[in-house]
Amino acid sequence: MSSDEPLIRVEGLTKHYESDSGFLSRLLGERKWVKAVDGISFEIHEGETLGLVGESGCGKSTTGRTILQLEEPTEGSVYYRGQDITGMSDSELRELRKEMQIIFQNPQSSLNPRLTVNDIIGEALDIHGMATGQSRDEQIKDLLERVGLNASHANRYPNEFSGGQLQRIGIARALAVDPDFIVCDEPVSALDVSVQAQILNLLMDLQDEYGISYLFIAHDLSVVEHIADQIAVMYLGEIAEMGTPRELFSPPQHPYTEALLSAIPEPDPGWETDRVILEGSVPSPIDPPSGCKFHTRCPRVIPPEEFSLPQEEWRAVLYLRNRVAEGGLNVELIEAELDDDGPGAVQGAIREDCGLPEQLSDPEAERLVGDALADIVEAAPEPVETGLEEAFTSPCTAENPALHDIDGGQAACHLFDERYVDDPATAPQAEPPGAED
Amino acid sequence: MAMLEVEDLNVRFYTEDGVVKATNDLSYQIEAGERFGVVGESGAGKSVTSLAVMRLIEEPGVIESGSIRFKGRDLLELSAEEMREIRGNEISMIFQDAETALNPAYTVGEQIAEAVRLHLDMGEEAARERTIELLDSVGIPDPVERYSDYPHQFSGGMQQRAVIAMALSCDPELIIADEPTTALDVTIEAQILELLEDVTEEFDTAIQLITHDLGVVAEFCDRVMVMYAGHPVEMAPVENIYYDPQHPYTVGLMSSIPRIGDERDRLDTIPGRMPDLIEMPSGCNFHPRCPYAEQGCTRTEPRLVDVSSGQPADTDAHLQHSAACLAHTGELTGGLDYTVTVDGQESGGAAQAGGGDE
Repeated sequence: MSSDEPLIRVEGLTKHYESDSGFLSRLLGERKWVKAVDGISFEIHEGETLGLVGESGCGKSTTGRTILQLEEPTEGSVYYRGQDITGMSDSELRELRKEMQIIFQNPQSSLNPRLTVNDIIGEALDIHGMATGQSRDEQIKDLLERVGLNASHANRYPNEFSGGQLQRIGIARALAVDPDFIVCDEPVSALDVSVQAQILNLLMDLQDEYGISYLFIAHDLSVVEHIADQIAVMYLGEIAEMGTPRELFSPPQHPYTEALLSAIPEPDPGWETDRVILEGSVPSPIDPPSGCKFHTRCPRVIPPEEFSLPQEEWRAVLYLRNRVAEGGLNVELIEAELDDDGPGAVQGAIREDCGLPEQLSDPEAERLVGDALADIVEAAPEPVETGLEEAFTSPCTAENPALHDIDGGQAACHLFDERYVDDPATAPQAEPPGAED
Repeated sequence: MAMLEVEDLNVRFYTEDGVVKATNDLSYQIEAGERFGVVGESGAGKSVTSLAVMRLIEEPGVIESGSIRFKGRDLLELSAEEMREIRGNEISMIFQDAETALNPAYTVGEQIAEAVRLHLDMGEEAARERTIELLDSVGIPDPVERYSDYPHQFSGGMQQRAVIAMALSCDPELIIADEPTTALDVTIEAQILELLEDVTEEFDTAIQLITHDLGVVAEFCDRVMVMYAGHPVEMAPVENIYYDPQHPYTVGLMSSIPRIGDERDRLDTIPGRMPDLIEMPSGCNFHPRCPYAEQGCTRTEPRLVDVSSGQPADTDAHLQHSAACLAHTGELTGGLDYTVTVDGQESGGAAQAGGGDE
């Protein structure tokens, strides 16, 4: 790490948007908040790259925009060279834009089609009064050459360039003010692989030459691994795991990182994987799951101490429990589908739907689940108090884990908490369900 | 006789700027139950190829010459009515963008049931039941309830599942999947690929999978065709393409992908970009970007040949490894100078083609 004071320090950054809930519910005071970014902290040192990865909707782009103060954070602070920039005035922020820039994913829509390349890049110079006349033109030509474009193309319009060339223009525009920090928001996602490699190399060359720091946002782990010094994996507005690429990609890992990594299709037909396939999709950030936000999809949820259940059965019980709690179990519909609608058959159908075996291996757990199912079917269509939620609790459903130091990097996962699990790598109850070798 | 036989297909688009040569003398075959991958970058002609098979090329595009035989019948000779029978019934298509493939004004269930009713001549109730079965088989939870949801109530992955259900509805023999997972997150992509693998195995359906992602191809396909500027440049069983690539473009593509665990500081790149399909470079279309190009490459257009014999490629021979590069006909004096290293799995790397011009 280069110096003690990081270039960028983010502390407890939070951004909540009000969801567009319509006039009536606003009138009734039912406001819903989309928790796009929910209290994240990290540092970026001079000349370093922090890669921010995650699936759509995890809040990675919002993080980038909030750091630049393009969005006002709901809570938390962003420090640039030790100075808090969250409360800055517009004129102070404008000065700051000379230091902090952004490159967008889609160069076609982020460059004004009616301006020449000369004016697109020159605009930044004009705004900050950094160069005029002859020296302005020369600087622009110099910038174009630095990003690998022909300086004589300065008078062309964006539609005369290919996607990769447009991205180079976007980079030249960001470089024009000679920034120390650039947010790269999915800069290569829209490009073909051979062009993607050219742009990644260019970004790395520029970093070597000018010592620029990047926040590199991407959904592609292999791209991030290639370019980043530190990687933060985001899930539903929080950081799940953070560390150097080496730390992050060697076990023990956060189960989400593990799943992301194993989901990448390897360009090798002989590759054998024990692929972890996550069920379902990312829950809504309006009403995220309680406890650890990943527990609804996690293949390694810690089972409750009271019962001895294999992971597969425990996940099925958890699924039933969460569905009942959300009111997502429609007994009438299940009944309508069956030829035989006796209570036993309906219970059987619910079991099958949730992946529950006919008999759970733990007798006490079986008794609780059996009673609950009987109550549900009997009371249908009215909801009923089953007691499942209280009976089956685990640290993962009860408490949101904080990001803490682990052996190599940081992770937000109870598997790394000695209170619950002795050794995350060998914890027998934490085997993924149906692990295929 | 293979199930699908495309022969010397030439598709042209007559635009104001000139004639776009989207595919050039393209020939390939797909066997029943086979998974055939078509790989290339934007503008390679992958999507045009699949639209041509479905006869969905629109103005100003035309299929200028060639033939497309499906189970022996030339699709280009069929009437519009006969072609409609084939589409959906025997060949169906999955698009990249599931959201635009579904009609936002109808429920997901109605749309699939409509296809079932039209093609399988079922009554409303039977079609509804078949649809619920289909939704269930593509892994949509609570299919009875989700039947009456509108497309916008589905997540991206769910929409793609619904589109796959629709494509499967009439038990087709060939599915053309055009970048089916490109718009999806990687965990959802893994789910969808697994689903496609399961359903094609179960129903013994052949797939023509179009993608730019070499990882997806390696995982999914039996045989691969690499396209560049409307030409097939290499065709072979999947292992040969990855472990023994025979065209400089394929080599360039492989070495430009970043991979977890690889220690390279810089990625290899292919300089320049895909040529404009209106004014293509003379000789070999790839020569301006090729590190091994010689004088001859600017003049002679390479034919697709068997890499071991140098004889013209035989599309009937499915295990043949063919490539379109002068190196294989002895017309390249310098030859191709690259090495392919296949690392063991412990080190995290695998087939990695390095350019040999450094």
